[in-house]
Amino acid sequence: MKLRAPTTWGSAQLLASALLGFFLLLPVVALFATLSWGDFLGGLRNPLLAPALRLSLVTTTSSLAIVVVLGSLLAWRVARYPGRASRWLETVAQLPAVIPPAVAGLGLLLAFGRRGLLGAWLDRHGIALAFTTPAVVLAEAFVSAPFFVQAAIAAFRRLDENLLVVSRTLGASPFRTFLRVGLPLAAPGLVAGAAMSWARAVGEFGATLLFAGNLTGRTQTMPLAVYTAMESDLRAAQALSLILVAIAFALLFVLRRMGPGAALPGTEARGA
Amino acid sequence: MLEIAVARKIGSLELRIDLMLNRESVLVAGPNGAGKSTLLRLLLGVLSPDAGRIALDKRVLFDAEKGIDVAAEDRELGYLPQDYALFPHLDVIGNVKFGLSRLRRTDRQRHAEEWLERLGVAHLSRRSPGGLSGGERQRVALARALARSPRALLLDEPFASLDPVARRELRASLRAWLFEWRLPALIVSHDPADAVLADRIIVVERGRVVQQGTIDELRGAAASSFVAGFTAEPA
Repeated sequence: MKLRAPTTWGSAQLLASALLGFFLLLPVVALFATLSWGDFLGGLRNPLLAPALRLSLVTTTSSLAIVVVLGSLLAWRVARYPGRASRWLETVAQLPAVIPPAVAGLGLLLAFGRRGLLGAWLDRHGIALAFTTPAVVLAEAFVSAPFFVQAAIAAFRRLDENLLVVSRTLGASPFRTFLRVGLPLAAPGLVAGAAMSWARAVGEFGATLLFAGNLTGRTQTMPLAVYTAMESDLRAAQALSLILVAIAFALLFVLRRMGPGAALPGTEARGA
Repeated sequence: MLEIAVARKIGSLELRIDLMLNRESVLVAGPNGAGKSTLLRLLLGVLSPDAGRIALDKRVLFDAEKGIDVAAEDRELGYLPQDYALFPHLDVIGNVKFGLSRLRRTDRQRHAEEWLERLGVAHLSRRSPGGLSGGERQRVALARALARSPRALLLDEPFASLDPVARRELRASLRAWLFEWRLPALIVSHDPADAVLADRIIVVERGRVVQQGTIDELRGAAASSFVAGFTAEPA
């Protein structure tokens, strides 16, 4: 069998793929390749690690819960009741994805800080948010909400309208229809959205630094611990980073296993 | 008895329909975009009329003047959409039980099994809807709707998603069932062959009833080209 000679266009694709693939992979490889096993174990013993890891888990779980509960209802509203208000809501929910994180942090500070728009009122009632653990949760919820909301809106829009109407005619209230038909059928899309949203929250840095600060055990999450460790001990920073990379890989693996078909519930029931 | 007097404007469609159904089957025919599906949505309560009144067995479901608008889940209507809309995440019996939440758990199971039995699909009870044939899905959807003892039935193109053989078979079954149940039944269809299901035919065009009667009455004096085409003897 004779191979066809590569065309210029084909070669351009291969070259571009190789270049970009190399560029994207090299930093990840560098994280692993430049650290000995001993240095890694040494890095794991760094006193910054345990509190940061614990804080990251607690705050990202909290922010995810907030985003999933409120985001599901917002997404349902937007997907099921199209109109001007829904378009506005959708745009607002996308906003944090395009705002630079540092700017988001400044905005959060000016809104919820001691002299902020809402913060001044909260302060008079004895509630201080800025530079506390709840501030970390708010920062993470702010930057990660768009990822879940977008996925949830798309998943709810794909639902077959007839299934929802039939559910009502079978005696289910709108809320029960949401619970028993909407949520289960949109579940694969919602889970994928929640995973992306959580990944974004785990990696959150800029908004947290400006709004919550960098206090060990209180507001210093894993990415901030990496930043802090770098000032004194590059090996420790690298070990912390590898834990984050491992989390990212695990997420990616789960999402790939769910596959693109999982994001389209109800399709197997049509056709036939 | 189902009394309908509704008006609703959607885009360029101005729907205005007065209709009364006793314990009979009525076929609603009409070209695409005539307002047949809109009429069903108004009756089901997922779309509100701008004006008018809907009553079912002396129970008012909608009255614009009195501000009555009974929620879709409380209208006691059995609805069979075009693709039957079985819930893909529930098995066959789960689909039927979905509508029986008012019953006790044990009664729910027994009642659902009874209805699957009556429609000849009890053997499919544990199957997933995805693996059923079009005819089987229609029977399950009917069992699901009827298990709630609706006061009227609304069927949207009941055979559109079936192949011709299944269509003939199920049409005969449905005809016998409708005769047995004697519920007011509104069947939306643009297939003239479905006329055998109905006691009379109502033709809707551009949101209005343009003609009604038996197929023979319509054939004798077609009021529009659609009616003439709809009632033409098959070649």
